[in-house]
Amino acid sequence: MRGLARYWALRQDVPRALYYSAAVAGFGTVVLAWWWLSHSGFVETAYLPPPETVWETAGELLRGETLWSDLKISFLRVTAGFLLSAALGVPLGIWIGSFKLVEGFMQPLTEFVRYVPVPALIPILMLLFDLGELSKVMLIFVGTFFQLTLMVADEIRRVPYELLQVSYTLGARRGESIRLVLWNAAKPGIFDALRLCNGWAWTYLVVAELIAANEGLGFRVLKFYRFVQTPKIFVYLILLGAVGLLLDFAFRKMNQRLFHWADTTKR
Amino acid sequence: MKLEVRAVEKTYASKKGATQALLPTSFEVGDAEFVSLVGPSGCGKSTTLYMIAGLDEPTGGEILLDSQRVAGPGPERGMVFQNYTLFPWLTVEENTKFPFRLEGNLDLTRTSGEVMSDIGRAYSLLDLMGLASFYKSYPRELSGGMKQRVAIARALTAKPKVLLMDEPFGALDAQTREEMQELLLLLSRHEKITTLFVTHDVEEAIYLSTRILVFSGRPGRIIREIKVPFGTERPPDIKLTREFFDLKRELLGLLAHDRAPTPERDELLRKLVTRPS
Repeated sequence: MRGLARYWALRQDVPRALYYSAAVAGFGTVVLAWWWLSHSGFVETAYLPPPETVWETAGELLRGETLWSDLKISFLRVTAGFLLSAALGVPLGIWIGSFKLVEGFMQPLTEFVRYVPVPALIPILMLLFDLGELSKVMLIFVGTFFQLTLMVADEIRRVPYELLQVSYTLGARRGESIRLVLWNAAKPGIFDALRLCNGWAWTYLVVAELIAANEGLGFRVLKFYRFVQTPKIFVYLILLGAVGLLLDFAFRKMNQRLFHWADTTKR
Repeated sequence: MKLEVRAVEKTYASKKGATQALLPTSFEVGDAEFVSLVGPSGCGKSTTLYMIAGLDEPTGGEILLDSQRVAGPGPERGMVFQNYTLFPWLTVEENTKFPFRLEGNLDLTRTSGEVMSDIGRAYSLLDLMGLASFYKSYPRELSGGMKQRVAIARALTAKPKVLLMDEPFGALDAQTREEMQELLLLLSRHEKITTLFVTHDVEEAIYLSTRILVFSGRPGRIIREIKVPFGTERPPDIKLTREFFDLKRELLGLLAHDRAPTPERDELLRKLVTRPS
């Protein structure tokens, strides 16, 4: 292929530098559109503050303390809910994925609960766990646990059956086949499920904080809304996006590090 | 060592009713024999192997290894699969030593010296297979032939009484396949390994085997047993001898019998030719 045409070949790689330039251009386009829209007079600046105002506000907030304490408490809530989810969801998922009988017992049930919209559970959670930290952590837990369990079970089922068969013919017993074969083979996929799960945890965090909290990123956004402090809302939204992106990146890098043996073309 | 397959059959149940994959089949395999099962696809030769491995259950008959009834898989019946089955998270040496990590293979009566010599044997196997400089490589870094060599070394590390191989070279290119055949021949002669080998490649079967069992098409049964008249020394150019050719012709004839031309096929061919373009 000649010239620029080769950059448009279906699903083919492009040079790294070009790829990252495109990523920067993507952000740039949005900022540019935002800048233009906020200065054009079509939208009121009170609702859509120009980028430079948000930039200044960001500087102020970053120098203050509230933003950092909000970030800290939110991060702690997410992490607590996420870890609880992982600690229970991973073993349960392995169990469901390994045994058909357990799958029959748990999977339809889990699917059912998964389709109950999590925000609809908030009243129940508040009644059960009060308005303290526990109700927020539990909301994040409920929001991620069922999804994670099913994804882990899927990863276990995706392990080629022949790997199990070969382990049997080498003398492995059932427990060893789970521990040495299924678990190791599914680990990269499970790790990836955890990455996605962490992303959802942040979503449910904000849901939880919008409804009942005195601090945290979600709570603050709602408070800024009440005082029509839109530049501050924008700073927090950008912060939430950045935190998500950073965590996602960290998960991916760790995945590549830990599971360098995996055939990356399949992911 | 004696493997006995007694009136073993396999029927698959489906919504449309039962299909018989394998008619009651009996044969025996003795010490240091290399027996190949050949036949058209769907003849039940792989099914037979899987049943001996304990990975599939016969619907009738029984399988005995040294008078012990086979019920489920075990390390005394090692298996090499057609697809690559190395554990991708383990290096070549870790894959090969995998059997040592399993509790069932622990023998507390053995001295540490004996155990060390087992481990030494695992490395010798790898070296013999030309993998000496690949101990620390991961499977994704290996070619198909190398992966199968590790898989064979790993299976032998578990010290099976009989080695079961299900078209192990089926996915390899012709040249690599020949290399692997020579290697396997060398290995089974030197180590006196009893092998049961499934293939659809007639030449491969003759070159490697001491005995060949020919299966008919579905429902499968053994239609002929052939003793290969060659000794243990088999240089590759044995494939060019008259004897080899005669045997190959005989086997191909047996297999071709199943797909003799039919009037229906001739009719279909006529239609194919006269279709307007």
